[in-house]
Amino acid sequence: MNAIHGVGVGAGRVVGPVKHMPAPLAPPASDAAWPEGATAETEAARLKEAAAAVADQLRARAASAAPAAAEVLKSTALMATDSMLRKNSTKLITAGRNAESAVWEAAEAFASSLLSLGGYMAERATDVLDVRARIVAELRGVPAPGIPGSETPFVLVAEDLAPADTATLDPGIVVALVTSGGGPQSHTAIIARALGLPAVVAADGVGAIPEGTEVFVDGAAGLVRPEPDAADRASAEAYAAREPLPTFTGRGALADGTSVPLLANVGGADDAVAAAAEGAEGVGLLRTEFCFLGRDTEPGHEEQVKAYRGVFDAFEGKKVVVRTLDAGADKPLPFLTDTSEPNPALGVRGYRTDAATPGVLARQLAAIAEAADGSAAEVWVMAPMISTPAEARDFAALCTEAGLETSGVMVEVPSAAVSAGHVLAGVGFASIGTNDLTQYTMAADRQLGPLAALNDPWQPAVLRLIEATVRGAAEAGGSTPKPVGVCGEAAADPALAVVLVGLGISTLSMTARALAPVAAVLASVDAGRARELAALALAAEGPAEARQAVRAGLPVLDSLGL
Amino acid sequence: MAERIATIASRVGLHARPAAIFAEAAAEQPVEVTIALEGEPVEDALDASSILSLMGLGAEHGARVVLRAEGDGADAALDALVAILETDHDAE
Repeated sequence: MNAIHGVGVGAGRVVGPVKHMPAPLAPPASDAAWPEGATAETEAARLKEAAAAVADQLRARAASAAPAAAEVLKSTALMATDSMLRKNSTKLITAGRNAESAVWEAAEAFASSLLSLGGYMAERATDVLDVRARIVAELRGVPAPGIPGSETPFVLVAEDLAPADTATLDPGIVVALVTSGGGPQSHTAIIARALGLPAVVAADGVGAIPEGTEVFVDGAAGLVRPEPDAADRASAEAYAAREPLPTFTGRGALADGTSVPLLANVGGADDAVAAAAEGAEGVGLLRTEFCFLGRDTEPGHEEQVKAYRGVFDAFEGKKVVVRTLDAGADKPLPFLTDTSEPNPALGVRGYRTDAATPGVLARQLAAIAEAADGSAAEVWVMAPMISTPAEARDFAALCTEAGLETSGVMVEVPSAAVSAGHVLAGVGFASIGTNDLTQYTMAADRQLGPLAALNDPWQPAVLRLIEATVRGAAEAGGSTPKPVGVCGEAAADPALAVVLVGLGISTLSMTARALAPVAAVLASVDAGRARELAALALAAEGPAEARQAVRAGLPVLDSLGL
Repeated sequence: MAERIATIASRVGLHARPAAIFAEAAAEQPVEVTIALEGEPVEDALDASSILSLMGLGAEHGARVVLRAEGDGADAALDALVAILETDHDAE
């Protein structure tokens, strides 16, 4: 078979056999009747047997899993044979439905009631739906959806991965991720970076590689080659024998000592504690959606205060940048958003929801202010999706009213980058969200595989907007330029991190897993060299040329296998 | 009918591991046990051996719940289950 080219989103070179992720289960018809010759008793017995088999499989997996994962698997096993799930399903079977359809609907009811509780319980709804899918797969005699189980290492091939797949993905067994869909900002890319796995996305045609075929995956080159040759194997061996990555010391700096604080992107207190343990110098992006998602109503003041405080407490004496609620039709909240918008990415989202539904943002700011008051963290606040200087000013006024001293804006919309001088005049800092800035600059939906090549933060047009933002921040600040950070996936790419610093970015915020590689590569260049490499990237014709020119100037990438 | 009131000792509430431990113990009892938040009507009580019902109950740390059972061994069963609820399983 010929080599398949996609977009590399996680560096590294490995050889391994392919395992395909099973297709998602089609839901059973809600009026599916008993199979030929069945009775209510045989149908109920068939369901009981399938549920017991699923519980056994989950317990077997728990036996070999890490302690935290084992707890989840064990309680999921209990859900499979749950007495109320069985009773409610049996009622539906007695009413004439088949086992698949009955358990589907009975589990749905439990999942929705958990979702309506919000927070931790809402997350458990995913477990209920996972158990349901496993039982239905068992009843149908097809492989369970999700990451396939295996005792031996393999290359996972899928259409795209979902955030929930991270929990069941064992990086000791899955040695590389290859997807036919997705793009550089897709969930697969985010998972690959978080786990440090070689990954290639938007690799059209990988779905046709037969199960078990050995492939060579080169995550830096974006290449997947079935039936690897001797050179491929040698290349994978060289990668396996790479120098170990130095652990992050807790202080990001260039070779000449110029400090570049490396911060973490976090979505809650657990993340924050983990990031602090990895040495993060603060939080550059606290996504506050964790407090709101899956809720029918706005969480109360005390609940919000407690949730934010949990994050602040992990970073005493350090900076925590809180992004206010970023909801929209793509990340809907029933009390805030209109899900019928034809173009969610261009709709009422981020800061814009404050005009449509005033009050939610002011109440969130009040909760952040109270949480900040009782903590030793240095709390900064920023609004997502700011497009004009007036919006930035209004947001700053809301922050002042809430008693928050340092307010800033996310630069995600090209208009904010182009007119950064005016936008930043009214606020204290900017943080560039490269994922959205790329999507809007290139007019390419982040989630669409066919547009993956457009949706690349190495696009020189995107880099020029980052440069424009830094220039605007310098104009707005006068003698002391206003700080501009980056908190998108771009900051987690060690080569691109050097370019960003060369463009004048002062802090980088990323998934905690990326801190060590980014720190190691930054430490290999001085400020002058970073500026030269940034100039090469800006002058390149396209993203591939930019990436190639910069990588060629950073020999440390190869010796560390990045 | 035997009845006991217990205060949830686990800091995460009756969720996750504490709920799993309790549901398994309830399933092992010789009698059927129900659970409800204190003050809820008897007819809304849930099957104590169902982890899905327990999670939906929303019993947080410090919440008071009522356990009920009937028949031989009901008192001993409830005493055993109260002891489990009043242990902080996160502290172990």
